[in-house]
Amino acid sequence: MKRSVIIICVLLFCACTKKEIAPTSTVVRINFTHNWDGTSVSNSDFNTIQYTNAFGTNLSIEKLRYLISNISFENQNGKKTIVKAYHLIDVSKEETMSFTTALEIPVDIYKNVSITFGFNITDNIDGEYIDLNSASWNVPGMLGGGYHFMQLEGKFTDATPTDIGYQYHVIRAVDRSGATPSFTETFIEKNLGELAVNPNAEIEIKMNIAEWFKNPTTWDLNTLHSMLMPNYNAQILMNGNGQNVFSLGSVNP
Amino acid sequence: MMIKKIVLISFFLCCFFSCSKGVGEEEVYAPISAPLEIPTLFKNLIIAPIIPFNNPQTVEGISLGKKLFFDPILSADNRQSCSSCHDPKFAFTDDKQFSEGIDGRFGNRNSMPLFNLAWNYDEKFFWDGRSNGLQKQALEPVKDPVEMHNTWVNAMESLQNNSEYPELFFAAFGTRKIDSILVTKAIAQFERTLISSNSKFDQYLLGTATLTSSELNGFNVFMDETKGDCFHCHGSDKNPLWTDNSFHNNGLDALITDIGRAKVTGDPTDNGKFKSPSLRNLAFTAPYMHDGRFSTLEEVINHYSEGLKNSPTIDPLMKKVSSGGVQLTTQEKTDLKAFLLSLSDSEFISNPAFQE
Repeated sequence: MKRSVIIICVLLFCACTKKEIAPTSTVVRINFTHNWDGTSVSNSDFNTIQYTNAFGTNLSIEKLRYLISNISFENQNGKKTIVKAYHLIDVSKEETMSFTTALEIPVDIYKNVSITFGFNITDNIDGEYIDLNSASWNVPGMLGGGYHFMQLEGKFTDATPTDIGYQYHVIRAVDRSGATPSFTETFIEKNLGELAVNPNAEIEIKMNIAEWFKNPTTWDLNTLHSMLMPNYNAQILMNGNGQNVFSLGSVNP
Repeated sequence: MMIKKIVLISFFLCCFFSCSKGVGEEEVYAPISAPLEIPTLFKNLIIAPIIPFNNPQTVEGISLGKKLFFDPILSADNRQSCSSCHDPKFAFTDDKQFSEGIDGRFGNRNSMPLFNLAWNYDEKFFWDGRSNGLQKQALEPVKDPVEMHNTWVNAMESLQNNSEYPELFFAAFGTRKIDSILVTKAIAQFERTLISSNSKFDQYLLGTATLTSSELNGFNVFMDETKGDCFHCHGSDKNPLWTDNSFHNNGLDALITDIGRAKVTGDPTDNGKFKSPSLRNLAFTAPYMHDGRFSTLEEVINHYSEGLKNSPTIDPLMKKVSSGGVQLTTQEKTDLKAFLLSLSDSEFISNPAFQE
């Protein structure tokens, strides 16, 4: 009798422990990758003139840093889970190439995940973020302050042919032609589409660097390569070209 | 009889404890914590300094580090100390293009000023960033043949045989056995206390000083991407370090002879790259650049304005290279210089805590 009771208890215990309860939420690791029209770009590809943009100009990349903020997961009912955080990616620093959400995201199938390239108007507060100040990521007060959204730098070969530096820096556009400066927001909320978030999810967000020079404006570095931060029109064009730079890559598991 | 026994035992116990207490007092190792005092602007604007977990700041460690810093005992001939080339009155550099070692030989790089070193987040020290960490940096000059030209074995022996140092090391680190690791730990502790944060521009940001119109105009030249565009490498009013602590080729030479960072990384695309120095305390740190080629700030400003030379690794941030630079007007140059000098901190160079 005693033995039977023990056996039943053991069986019950095993049955209970075997049935694991699946987690209902999870942190999500986001990996940022970069390519030039499909060809992978990493730090080791920097400093060599090896890319040709849509205008036909040969160029190199020497620096690529950009800011992503407010990653949003919208479920089938339209409810959004927003990761209120920001992340500065510096392609020369491997440790910045991924970001794990501090917030747990409900395990679910989402009809859309979106990211913000740069800071939206609420978050772009001058001098507010000490890590970004430490990274010298600020925008001068004369241009409205706040922070850079991207610094893409390198050299291109002009017609002479001479290699010339370019600084494709994206910030909030400021028009200083009038008595008081007026601003146009240039952050980009990019919808990346449907996504299933499973436990320990890892998702890849891809940047096609070539897009910055391609669509809708075929970028001519010969005329727009330097001093673009105070150039209102250039910032608007950059914003246009940035719309299709990001896409969703692999999702695991 | 019983009472006599108790008295005797008590006597011996008292003797034992009084003796053992005396020995314990001699052996007490209780360094007093001395965390860095973070200036208000630093606290408000940038992330915390780097203090290695295995070398916390202590009163005894800092005091020992200071003594070592000013003591020529570390050099082979007992004539040269760290302060020989890193003099407080020059913001811990010297006023020479190249510093002279104990054998009368000269290096090929300008002595770097020392301040706010704990905020070098990447911890790459020297002009070419070859030392990863302040303690590792401090290992170098002792054995460098064009500096102190000693060996660490000799240096440690000198310290070990000194009448004061073993006790000071015990107070700082709990051991009288001196080694190079502890020496550099102590020096690093002292160096981390060298904080410069009270320039006129700091006071302006804190609302306790007013800038002249020339200084304000100069700040605008500094921050304007179409003028000086200095801020991309040297920070801004939001980063009181006034450096990105990163490596750039700033167009000094068309033909690069000192390859700088490339010698460390082995990457030819780093040829001619050197660390951006902080722009604090320029009033005290002439001559300028990694090789001290410019004697005055005017020469430095002229370089960026019309003296840039192209080379394959020149930084993309160097603008209008084909015409020599950003072509500042005479007035803009004057104003820029006035602003740059407002970053100098007289209190720092006269701080009694930093003097020998």
